[in-house]
Amino acid sequence: MIRRLTDGLPRRALALLLLFAVVMALAPFFVSDYVLSVLIISLYFAFVGQAWNLMLGFAGQLSLGHALFVGIGAYTSAALFTHFGIDPWVGVVAAVALSTLMGCIIGYLGFRFSIRGVYFALLTIAFAEFTGIMVDNSAWLGGSAGLFLPVKNAGSIDLLNLRGPPTLFYYLILILTGGALVLCRFLLNSKLGLYWQAIRDDQEAAEAAGVPLFRYKMIAVAISSALTGVAGVWYAFYYNNLFPESTFATGRSVELILGAVVGGVGTLFGPILGALILTPLGELLTALTSGLQIDGIKTFFWGFCVVAIVLFRPSGVWPWLAGLLKLDGRAR
Amino acid sequence: MTAAASRSAALKVEGLTRRFSGLTAVDNVSFEVPPGAIHALIGPNGAGKTTTFNMIAGALKPTAGEVLLDGRSLVGMRPDQICRAGVGRTFQVVRPFGQISVAENVAVGALSWTDDLAEARRHALAMLELLGLADKRNALPGSITLPDRKRLEVARALATKPKLLLLDEVMAGLRPTETDRMVATFRRLNEETGVTIVLIEHVMRAVMALSHHVVVLNYGKVIAQGTPAEVTRNPDVLACYLGVEELS
Repeated sequence: MIRRLTDGLPRRALALLLLFAVVMALAPFFVSDYVLSVLIISLYFAFVGQAWNLMLGFAGQLSLGHALFVGIGAYTSAALFTHFGIDPWVGVVAAVALSTLMGCIIGYLGFRFSIRGVYFALLTIAFAEFTGIMVDNSAWLGGSAGLFLPVKNAGSIDLLNLRGPPTLFYYLILILTGGALVLCRFLLNSKLGLYWQAIRDDQEAAEAAGVPLFRYKMIAVAISSALTGVAGVWYAFYYNNLFPESTFATGRSVELILGAVVGGVGTLFGPILGALILTPLGELLTALTSGLQIDGIKTFFWGFCVVAIVLFRPSGVWPWLAGLLKLDGRAR
Repeated sequence: MTAAASRSAALKVEGLTRRFSGLTAVDNVSFEVPPGAIHALIGPNGAGKTTTFNMIAGALKPTAGEVLLDGRSLVGMRPDQICRAGVGRTFQVVRPFGQISVAENVAVGALSWTDDLAEARRHALAMLELLGLADKRNALPGSITLPDRKRLEVARALATKPKLLLLDEVMAGLRPTETDRMVATFRRLNEETGVTIVLIEHVMRAVMALSHHVVVLNYGKVIAQGTPAEVTRNPDVLACYLGVEELS
């Protein structure tokens, strides 16, 4: 199992990855609270970017509504916690079940009726938007006034109820991001991964070579929406407040995937690298221009980054960086 | 295999018809291919050859008619099911998986009968060796020559272990020596594995050298069929298609 994961990876890549993991694991001991909060949000985008990349980068299915799965995961676990006192470790099961179910419904509609490319993306947007509207009108979920999780004194760590300082959430999202990386590497080097890539590269040719398109696309959506649902649970308990408008908006979906797009769609490390570049840069810019009162400067900057990437590094930053570091060009 | 099945044709096409809003691309086409035979499907451009292939392989639904593989109907099955039932096909315009290596392209085909990726990769390598592509196994399809991509197309189809192989103009664009090599490969494959082959081909050198039987289509209809020698003497065929070509 371990050998299968590391097989074909150059030693340099493994060593660098290990170094990166160690640096990330020790980071909370050396950085300020502010830097830690930026790292936390970066890792969150890295994790969701990885989950989203599994659908587009591996299986070729474009979703522009991944905020939906975050939202379902977040609202499910938060509602169970606030209304029934059900702890997030149980809540996550319900959250993942619901977000996966929603992913499968969208997948079924899209793939069964051969809705492809941008039209499939529109379908994902539509589901995210109307779910947002439904939550907006649900008093039980707090409606537009928002859903708030009870906050205890932040000093103590309550692992069962996920109440605690930012460091707790940092390590949680770090473990999740690492786990997603390992999972994706494993999936990509399996029959599933090869079938996904075949579908991504040429759907008709894949089908003629014996790939059951519907089944394998459904598996991709199911895994992607499940992982994103887990991110939603983390999100709810980290922020302690949820608003339908900001949770389900298409802008949020786009924000979630920018890191993966900049880092390199279809690569394994791209979503992590992209999120670790974009989020801190965006935060830095916000901090630098805070006195100037320029609305939307971060969004403008991110837009600029995407245009620059499309123009100069259309396959993303990671393949280029991997080349510079003399890692195998296809090491992803 | 039962006695009845062994006597029946490997592929039987009966009254196959496809209309595209007013245009009948394939019109009541029938032919039979015995097990282990090599048949050629020829005819001028637009005669309906590729449309016929698409219907056999399930990429297009026939308007009417029947396709039987070893006596079992393929009509209504999905392309991947037809592949698993034993039909391997190539595309006239090559359609490799562009972002995975040549070897992985072929391994996708092998995964239709095995879940073991290592076994699929081993089989893929064997197919690549058979077609003289083994040294290109780590290349991306975009970086190899068109003749090599044509071979890749064949290797991927072969990797699915087909009983029936549909080859759509795999020799177009090859030099005569390359054509001869490809012909030799198919002949050896046919003798060693007994795979039934139907090929669409414009390269008459290959048709004459390879096929036991030729079906000629024109305007969607079968206008002649028989041995290569018979077909090339047929005045209808000469008139519509071969009239100007000097056959060697």
